[in-house]
Amino acid sequence: MFVAAMVGVLVTMFLALVRAALGPTVFDRILAANMFGTKTVLLIAVAGFLTERPDWLDLAIVYALVNFAGTIAVAKFCRFGNLADDVGGAE
Amino acid sequence: MTMAIEIASWFLLVSGSIFCVIGGIGLHRMPDFYTRTHAASITDTLGAGQVLVGLMLQEGLTLVTVKLIMVGVLLFLTSPTAAHALVKAAAAHGVRFDGAPGGVSEAADERAGDD
Repeated sequence: MFVAAMVGVLVTMFLALVRAALGPTVFDRILAANMFGTKTVLLIAVAGFLTERPDWLDLAIVYALVNFAGTIAVAKFCRFGNLADDVGGAE
Repeated sequence: MTMAIEIASWFLLVSGSIFCVIGGIGLHRMPDFYTRTHAASITDTLGAGQVLVGLMLQEGLTLVTVKLIMVGVLLFLTSPTAAHALVKAAAAHGVRFDGAPGGVSEAADERAGDD
């Protein structure tokens, strides 16, 4: 049962990687990376249940946070050219 | 009673992963960036939520379920926010809306012109 869920998540991760490779704009690649990260969170959670090690869920929580921060940082970098720019200045 | 919970959690796990695969397919079927974000971020939240609830049913009321609820709430809050920030950055950067990859549309021109 867990293996079925893991196979679905792995297929999605592969599709996200293909989109990251093909994506015409850089934002497609960020989107694919964001989706890949979210699916990694799911993969860790399901794998933790598959191997009867519930402490893997802490990894899933940390990975969800890191993935979110990474996506926001890269999106801001692609928008403003650098991370130090004052957000208000470019509106 | 446990058989019903077992079947329910099995069903949620499988349908969650099916929704994830649909999101993956949506990434490739949609014509341009904005519709791809729509496909990816919606199934992100739904597929992940179903799989996590399916895992919660497996576990009953223990500390592990609390962690699963935390992951669920976290994904529920961050995934739409990340998609919104991404689309806002792409729109301000001038990604075209009509599917032409990477071009600069007129609206973005005059908006980008004044900063």
